[in-house]
Amino acid sequence: MNTLSLALVFVATVAVLSWPLGRWLHWTLQPASEDSPAERLLRLVLGSGCARPGGWRNYVIALLVFNAGMAAISWLVLTWQHHLPLNPDGMGPVKPSLVFHTVVSFVTNTNLQHYSGEATFSHLSQLTLMWLQFTSAASGIAAFAALARGLSGNRNFGNFHRDTARILILFLIPLAVVWALAFSLAGVPMTLEGSASATTLEGAVQTIARGPVAAFLAIKQLGTNGGGFFGPNSTHPFENPGALANFMSLVAIPLIPMACVWTFGRILGRPSHARVVSAVMFAFLALKIVATVVPESSPASALKELPVIQSANLEGKELRLGATTGPLWAVLTTSTSNGSVGAMHGSLNPLSLLGPFAGLWLNSTFGGAGVGMINFFLFMILAVFVAGLMVGRTPEYLGRKVEAREMTLAAAAFLVHPFLILGGTALFCATSMGEATIANPGARGFSEILYEFSSAASNNGSGLEGLSDNTDAWNIATAIVMLLGRYLPIILPLAIAGSLAAKQPVALSSGTLRTDTPTFGLMVFAVILFLGALTFFPAALLGPVLEHLSL
Amino acid sequence: MTSLRLLLASILLCGFAYTAGILGFARKLVPERASGSLVLDARGKPIGSRLLAQSFSSARYFHPRPSACDFNARAAAGSNLSPAHPKLAERAADLIARHAASPARPIPADLVTASGSGLDPDITTEAALYQAERVARARGLDPGLVRKAVEDVHRPLMGRFGGPRLVNVLELNLALDRISR
Amino acid sequence: MKSRSSLLDPHLLKGALVPSLRKLDPRNQWGNPVMFTVYLGAIVCTALLLRSAGLFEIQLVAWLWFTVLFANFAEALAESRGKAQADALRSMRVTTPARKYEDGAERPVAAADLRPGDLVVCEAGDAIPADGEIVEGIASVDESAITGESAPVIRESGGDRSAVTGGTRVLSDRILIRVTCEPGKSFLDRMIALVEGGERQKTPNERALGVLLVSLTLVFLLVTFSLPAFTGFLIRQGLGGSSPDLGSLVALLVCLIPTTIGGLVSAIGISGIDRLTRHNVLATSGRAVEAAGDVDVLLLDKTGTITLGNRQASEFIPAPGVTPLELAEAAQLASLADGTPEGRSIVVLAKQLFDLRARELAEPHARFVPFTAETRMSGVDLDSPDGKRSIRKGAAEAVKRHVEFHGGTVPAEVARDVDRIAGQGGTPLVVIDGSRVMGSIFLKDIVKGGIRERFAKLREMGIRTVMITGDNPRTAAAIAAEAGVDDFMAEATPEDKMRRIRKEQEAGHLVAMTGDGTNDAPALAQADVGVAMNTGTQAAREAGNMVDLDSDPTKLIDIVEIGKQLLMTRGALTTFSLANDVAKYFAILPALFAGIGAVSGKGPLAALDVMDLHSPQSAILSAVIFNALIIVALIPLALKGVDYRPMNAAALLRRNLLIYGLGGVVVPFPCIKLIDLSLGALHLV
Repeated sequence: MNTLSLALVFVATVAVLSWPLGRWLHWTLQPASEDSPAERLLRLVLGSGCARPGGWRNYVIALLVFNAGMAAISWLVLTWQHHLPLNPDGMGPVKPSLVFHTVVSFVTNTNLQHYSGEATFSHLSQLTLMWLQFTSAASGIAAFAALARGLSGNRNFGNFHRDTARILILFLIPLAVVWALAFSLAGVPMTLEGSASATTLEGAVQTIARGPVAAFLAIKQLGTNGGGFFGPNSTHPFENPGALANFMSLVAIPLIPMACVWTFGRILGRPSHARVVSAVMFAFLALKIVATVVPESSPASALKELPVIQSANLEGKELRLGATTGPLWAVLTTSTSNGSVGAMHGSLNPLSLLGPFAGLWLNSTFGGAGVGMINFFLFMILAVFVAGLMVGRTPEYLGRKVEAREMTLAAAAFLVHPFLILGGTALFCATSMGEATIANPGARGFSEILYEFSSAASNNGSGLEGLSDNTDAWNIATAIVMLLGRYLPIILPLAIAGSLAAKQPVALSSGTLRTDTPTFGLMVFAVILFLGALTFFPAALLGPVLEHLSL
Repeated sequence: MTSLRLLLASILLCGFAYTAGILGFARKLVPERASGSLVLDARGKPIGSRLLAQSFSSARYFHPRPSACDFNARAAAGSNLSPAHPKLAERAADLIARHAASPARPIPADLVTASGSGLDPDITTEAALYQAERVARARGLDPGLVRKAVEDVHRPLMGRFGGPRLVNVLELNLALDRISR
Repeated sequence: MKSRSSLLDPHLLKGALVPSLRKLDPRNQWGNPVMFTVYLGAIVCTALLLRSAGLFEIQLVAWLWFTVLFANFAEALAESRGKAQADALRSMRVTTPARKYEDGAERPVAAADLRPGDLVVCEAGDAIPADGEIVEGIASVDESAITGESAPVIRESGGDRSAVTGGTRVLSDRILIRVTCEPGKSFLDRMIALVEGGERQKTPNERALGVLLVSLTLVFLLVTFSLPAFTGFLIRQGLGGSSPDLGSLVALLVCLIPTTIGGLVSAIGISGIDRLTRHNVLATSGRAVEAAGDVDVLLLDKTGTITLGNRQASEFIPAPGVTPLELAEAAQLASLADGTPEGRSIVVLAKQLFDLRARELAEPHARFVPFTAETRMSGVDLDSPDGKRSIRKGAAEAVKRHVEFHGGTVPAEVARDVDRIAGQGGTPLVVIDGSRVMGSIFLKDIVKGGIRERFAKLREMGIRTVMITGDNPRTAAAIAAEAGVDDFMAEATPEDKMRRIRKEQEAGHLVAMTGDGTNDAPALAQADVGVAMNTGTQAAREAGNMVDLDSDPTKLIDIVEIGKQLLMTRGALTTFSLANDVAKYFAILPALFAGIGAVSGKGPLAALDVMDLHSPQSAILSAVIFNALIIVALIPLALKGVDYRPMNAAALLRRNLLIYGLGGVVVPFPCIKLIDLSLGALHLV
């Protein structure tokens, strides 16, 4: 079996695992009983405020307030880490723009890192960031649950606090425990001790940074967070010691986004619709995998003339993780808004960058935990609009008419992404803010800037890490992009769902555009492909394609 | 108010309870791995971590892959150079010279490419065997003995599931020191 | 109104030229953001001519303006067809003085001074001065000016045929009319406004589509104007080449934004209403046309829509001890003087079956008894040598009462026959001679030819048909089965209709219905698409959102198809417009980026020039020309609507996706190449 089919079989395996997980998540979000002992305990701890149902506005406000609280607490810890406990390595104060950037990055589930964890943050700071990885993932899943409820025609969007608490307690923490235990068994460190000092066989001193990595790693991979404990993320042997940890990580990355699709179908009561959505997402994933694994099997071009035996491009890759891990990981992590890396994207072959770029640009196949499905919903609104017209009906989605108000909201949400990416890249390309920070010249340098903004806007967090991005300009610009790229695509779709839920449903007939047929899947596929390609084609040409053709 | 309560509850659960649980489990069941898979010398002082590459430049030792961070385990990093970047060729040229590679005796790619972490502890069996002769000469050992040491240490990538065989450089060099002594 | 002008009547084409220039007014352009963007681009490029005006720049500017003009032209052409009709209507306005009737005397007043409630007199030869209702008299009226139908129609006071329309002409008799509308708000005025498009507002779906098109335009603005920053960066990185100039960027922008649909969208909307008008249906708003596309329940009146208006005798079923001939003879005698279609069909059947010729019955021997609501029977009393005969035919119930009143009984066999006829969807008539029951006549409802197939197609489109009839449930069930409707309502009252519409709407259906009577008005208003028959009452015409001038209830099906066609045309052209961008990218981007990264000659990205175009300038120009010409090429499609065939949604989507999606990707490649070759051959680049 070659590496490509291995990758595809792997994805199919995760897909199978995601099915029961989707049931589990559905059970978490839609409890059968409102008055179980667990619910009573929840009300006792959180107060009666967690039992109050509400519309989409209440839900959004609660989400924003909670996220603001997360930001405030973590900002305090990160800023004052040098005065706080659990700092065995004596980490000093961190510059304000980096703290701001890091807080925004983790609150928005992006986990773009302009620092090396082991050289910057105390264990307490790292654990705070770990807490954010839990709560930001839970926030995204909660928003998704609210959207699905609204689309199912329920004007009660649920209660954000109750959802978040249930997601954390019944879903994320149990999953994270399983993964964290497996990671510790696989060799990932889990300690609150500071660095160990070793004297190497040749007599040099090597300071070995350590920390509570296993616990951190589990939620990093599961919650589509991707923020690494160490600078080089999951290429670091302590975050990815070998085949078992690597396998567990690769499974964890797409697991919850895949499960969310099944949950979506369950909340809507339309499992066949979820199957079509899933099929479209898998088709994109498979395309991206092929488009990345294949070009990455060609060797590094700089070494072509030299007496080197090359079977693949090994720069930036770990031998213990295997040659396919890099490109496969690159696709999974960018497709799911995770952002952890199993090989340095900065050293991928130019054409191999197109797959990850596509993942960042589309950001919906499968997308982040919860939010990926929300983004996909936006594409579906656009698809049903055009497709609905083509079957001679005014467009509708799940039996509710899509009219000017919904289109305006969808169009605004849809514009956010290209605006942030192309606008940001143009700004940094035109000024020294970008040019002074690139690590590679020419088209690759352009790709670095483009990638940074794409990653920030899609709340991904991976990067072409050669970029010297710990500057005030980068920290502030990408923080703004992350905030807009996170909250607008949550608020606007919820507003659409609110507007749809208030409408009288339209009956189904054979003249209706059904959303559970292969034809509809094809339509959505085409819409995503076209809108994505038309928006980003020129940028792709000037980055990866230009670099590839110049080789 | 509810938000505040939820914030506090989540800190207690995700921050404290979860961390403490995993910490307790790891310390109890896998204390050695939990503290970083350290390799200790006879006096119990750390030599390094089995999981992390360390620098070897003497001819007497097998060399690991080049490191973009110079094997700094407190600031690990990859080169992040594009595979077309001329610096890659420059670095490779240096290493080719050090390993005395030539078109007749081309060098395995892992010895001239840096890993993403800069701390990749392994090299391929081919890369180890490529260096065996030099090590044997420097130590005055029989090349066959050195090659056997490589084969004793190497293990498949995916353990029981097979895959290409890799050599942990630190383990190999430790084994070599034991043989020489 | 029935204008037979062909789609691209040269006269109309010429007429649309001037308005398309007049539409260059920025206030006009502002209403369409996509074309406004092109308009601005054209202005910018024209200004750039001041700096450098080579052959390329001049051609580019010219084609940008052509793009704007072509879109204007499409709109003007769609409007001009309406204008021509409006002019014809306007000429019908009554200018002669009306004869106002006050206190028993007539007084001439101007038609424009008539107010609701005024009474006017019209005699043969007079034009009816205003919309109104006949309060006295009966007249034949020539309504051809509005309906195009040359046969005069009868209008009479009372009942459902009392409405008259201003502008039509009385051919015979004298009627007194009560004016029902304010001056300037008559049916004729509304029609003029409608066909002219003067009151045209964007429909809900048009607005939603507009939002989509604006957002695409914004995306492409972003894509286009971020390019100089990108290329500038690469050039500073030492890759060589040059940043695209403003003219080329405008060209790229114009090619990418959805100008095809943007330029044609209003033409599509106008022509949708226009197509209805050609079917002699007037819609009060574009919204109604869109709603027609969504309709999934049709409430159809049985009579006239599903069956021919008249029932026909199809069988004589004699009572025991009566020969068929005897029955036929009696039936024929009873029907000789019966002028109704049913009566005539009995005479015809008697002749067909038994060759019974209609006999002359001399007046002294025969006395005809007409149908009255009281007896519910008709027939003849004969004084023959054999004695007096009293022959009657009538509804089974009435006859039974009559017979029993005279001490007789209806044989059980006849009663069974009557039941059987009703069960088969027929109407039974029983014939008696004195108190002797002769037998029954099978009056059959004739289902229109082809209607069953039509309903099957509707079903495939997802539209359910419900037959509304006053018949009893058994008769209704039989006809429903024969016609192939999905459901029926028997013994339906107007209230039942209303309830049914509400029920369907609550279940999420969109309902269309036709109606003509005043008591239909509430239901017409409640239905999503209510088509009032022009022959109907004023109240009905006011309540519906469409008026069918032909008063043909079958038209409802055409209306639904036109609605769907309108929406499909929008969807298809949007898809086509976007799909075209692929080829335009492949034409323009290699041209813009050709110099970047070039060591000598062409740069690496020139490899993307899959069409192998003559030169960068030719490539840009070819794409712009294609972009402009495709608008013209698609005007007929926009006006006619895309080809519509009834099929289910998935099949329809696949078909349109293939034609307009895949077609839209493929078609531009050879076209652009061809334009490029022509430009080269003509030495224009």
